[in-house]
Amino acid sequence: MTALLTIVILVFILIAIWQMVKIFDLAQAKTENSQVATDKDNTLNGYLMMGFLAFIYVITIVCVVKWGDLPLLSNSASAHGPTIDNLMTISLVIIFLVQIITQFLLHYFAFKYKGEKGKTALFFADNNKLEAIWTIIPVIVLAGLIIYGLNTWINIMGVDESDDPMVVELYAQQFNWKARYAGADNTLGKANVRLIDIDRANILGLDEADPNAQDDIITTELHLPVGKPVLFKMRSQDVLHSAYMPHFRAQMNCVPGMITQFGFTPTVTTEEMRQTPDMIEKVQHINEIRVEKSEALIAKGEDALERYEFDYLLLCNKICGKSHYNMQMKIVVETQEEYDAWIKEQKEFKNSLIN
Amino acid sequence: MSAHEDNHAHDDHGHHHKETFITKYIFSIDHKMIAKQYLITGTIMGIIGIMMSIMFRMQIAWPEEPNVLFEALLGKWAPDGVMDADIYLALVTIHGTIMVFFVLTAGLSGTFSNLLIPLQIGARDMASGFLNMVSYWLFFLSSVIMVISLFVEAGPAAAGWTIYPPLSALPMAQGGSGAGMTLWLVSMAIFIASSLLGSLNYVVTVLNLRTKGMSMTRLPLTIWAFFITAVIGIISFPVLLSAALLLIMDRSFGTSFFLSDIFIQGEVLHYQGGSPVLFEHLFWFLGHPEVYIVLLPALGITSEIIATNSRKPIFGYRAMIASILAIAFLSTIVWGHHMFVSGMNPFLGSVFTFTTLLIAIPSAVKAFNYITTLWKGNLQMNPAMLFSIGLVSTFITGGLTGIILGDSALDINVHDTYFVVAHFHLVMGISALYGMFAGIYHWYPKMFGRMLNKKLGYLHFWVTAICAYGVFFPMHFIGMAGLPRRYYTNSNFPLFDDLADVNVVITIFAIVGGAFQLVFLYNFFSSIFYGKKAEQNPWKSNTLEWTTPVKHVHGNWPGEIPHVHRWAYDYSKPGHDVDFVPQNVPLKDGEEELQH
Repeated sequence: MTALLTIVILVFILIAIWQMVKIFDLAQAKTENSQVATDKDNTLNGYLMMGFLAFIYVITIVCVVKWGDLPLLSNSASAHGPTIDNLMTISLVIIFLVQIITQFLLHYFAFKYKGEKGKTALFFADNNKLEAIWTIIPVIVLAGLIIYGLNTWINIMGVDESDDPMVVELYAQQFNWKARYAGADNTLGKANVRLIDIDRANILGLDEADPNAQDDIITTELHLPVGKPVLFKMRSQDVLHSAYMPHFRAQMNCVPGMITQFGFTPTVTTEEMRQTPDMIEKVQHINEIRVEKSEALIAKGEDALERYEFDYLLLCNKICGKSHYNMQMKIVVETQEEYDAWIKEQKEFKNSLIN
Repeated sequence: MSAHEDNHAHDDHGHHHKETFITKYIFSIDHKMIAKQYLITGTIMGIIGIMMSIMFRMQIAWPEEPNVLFEALLGKWAPDGVMDADIYLALVTIHGTIMVFFVLTAGLSGTFSNLLIPLQIGARDMASGFLNMVSYWLFFLSSVIMVISLFVEAGPAAAGWTIYPPLSALPMAQGGSGAGMTLWLVSMAIFIASSLLGSLNYVVTVLNLRTKGMSMTRLPLTIWAFFITAVIGIISFPVLLSAALLLIMDRSFGTSFFLSDIFIQGEVLHYQGGSPVLFEHLFWFLGHPEVYIVLLPALGITSEIIATNSRKPIFGYRAMIASILAIAFLSTIVWGHHMFVSGMNPFLGSVFTFTTLLIAIPSAVKAFNYITTLWKGNLQMNPAMLFSIGLVSTFITGGLTGIILGDSALDINVHDTYFVVAHFHLVMGISALYGMFAGIYHWYPKMFGRMLNKKLGYLHFWVTAICAYGVFFPMHFIGMAGLPRRYYTNSNFPLFDDLADVNVVITIFAIVGGAFQLVFLYNFFSSIFYGKKAEQNPWKSNTLEWTTPVKHVHGNWPGEIPHVHRWAYDYSKPGHDVDFVPQNVPLKDGEEELQH
């Protein structure tokens, strides 16, 4: 019944808007006959063009001031993070400059050269010099960006085995993450989803006969020792997922049927990150919002929201089904000692099986 | 052709061959009627697509709050008015599909290629009127199937418009991957057939049916754009068709093209040896050129409208053609920039970064040429002109962020976030939509013989322009904050709590912008009947379509087809009394044709 009423009300609103537009339309019809722009229209719209230019600048400033603390430009927590952030900053500066200049020219010309009866436009069809200028300038700028970008990309994606990275598997399934540590041998045991045996708690399909698999450790939280290079091997058991770790400037898809990889070195522990001024401010702001929301919730008789404390996160960033929006895993970056203590408490694969 | 002309020798006084209601309005083979059919169908699909976007924007702004609108429109998918997570994904998916393919490919290219190619090159009709009719009706059929898919029991396709398998291949992975996805694939297969028939027709028509004197270097830029768009379509759409067919095989006949090693809901599936990455390659081999299939016609329309309304030749005619060709070529070798983090070899990523950033060069040339065309012009601010200037503005804003996304190192961190959503909506969504609106305002007199109300046009443009920036500009910032797209709600991530207010702002702009499209719809439909009667050449334009009579005749020109003596951009040429010289006016004694 409410549904029907809503539709009826919607229809009425639409009819009302329609009628109002019609009245507007009819009111105009008498005063003016031509539907081609007159000098008056040109002037009005010329000024509006300048107004719109101002609007673009204002919205840019508002966005930068209000939402521009740009968490992806500072506070990176991985060794390669700052190079990405630098490149991002350079690109953004170029973009803003070009944007400000070209939008100005476009809208200013639209205002300056608004039509008037009797005026004649300049017959100016071609100029090779100008064309050459605005071909060559982008070529130079882009060449710089391409060289810088490719250098960065190759450095990030190339895995340097001589660093002796710690190998960790990220395992994705609808809708959660698991991490598998390679254990003392730093070699992951063979695995295939065909070997999954839920009854024996072999949930990642490890090859029980493989000696390398015996000391593997499967966890639901990702702990990383600070300063130690990590090489992630990604697997998925069902659909595409994407392992997105924004604070570390890291992302790689998890593809059923193949193993993908991404490596980085965490440089800031969770604790240190919580203590940075930026993060303290951000968390405080978020908690103010949450307190406000909680008041509304309590008034409705629901539970208040928990206080937020910063943690690194692994998010799923490839549409994977109904609960895609809640597929996450906590990442803890800690000192080597803390990490060693934590990993010791975890069960090795051979001990985790149910016989 | 000669038979055609003979026919018309007898029709001079407006007596056509007998046309019934059905042959005139339904199974018409006249390109002008087919253009209108495309436009109306595209408009209806556009209304559906925009309404969907408003619904999912409301969910993002006010997550999981009961909403009577949802209860009314979504039925069982919104128990107690709270939108279900599955239908959220379905709305996102179908919105993308409808807007990209049904509105901005068929609605834009289908309408204006059909209307303008024969009229602007001086042809009686398309090379094959019959294929043209078949093309429209296949498009209509695919639209109907897509709409029907919204009503299947387990829900419409919900795997994102990119329908990556395995999510799209396995009904147990997602409700929408059952009958909904089957219908989606069938609809798209038919759509592709329609698009190919149309494109072949456009290419053949442009190459063979140009009137005397209409050399390729005298073609209006609209035609160049439609022509190259059709060529890109012919090259890339069959690849999507193959991907769709292989996916159908995987889904229904047990093959393993895209699937391997899958364990889902407690059982191992038999698939082995396929790869979802293969699907991504096939999909984006169309998917990226598709961006230009959508955008180039809009740019072509803009070139024509900016030149006409600036009363100036388009600046750098040859450079414009060269940049269209460069964009077309590059567009087929950049698809991998959608796949930097797909697991493909990082070396390939380097190659695609290189080719992708190259596209910025011809794009920059186009933008600067538009701006220079305005310089020292005598700008007539008709609604079509406003939308064209708006297009250049959003094309720049949206295009610039492409140099971040095309850079593989930067893409790692903004891939699949709202930054991408903001980028492509501005550069292809809004820009192409503006191109479509510009085209409608400009050629409405040609289509319907009446004028659109300009005041309503101004209102429509200014509100739309402000709302478009209001929606998509802040979106860059939530993307740079790391918020992934396609999340039903962000409330499980306190990390993003400080972005909630941005999302409310965006949604309010979206609702206002969406509502004001009603002004356009009113203007469009009421002007068909009550609009001011149009003159033959209301915008004082040079191109051939304005030499045809206001009232449509089959075969376009009642008498002989005009011959062409000059390019399309002799505006404000010194030595002429008026500020435009139509293409069919012979050169005066001693007048030189510009060596453009």
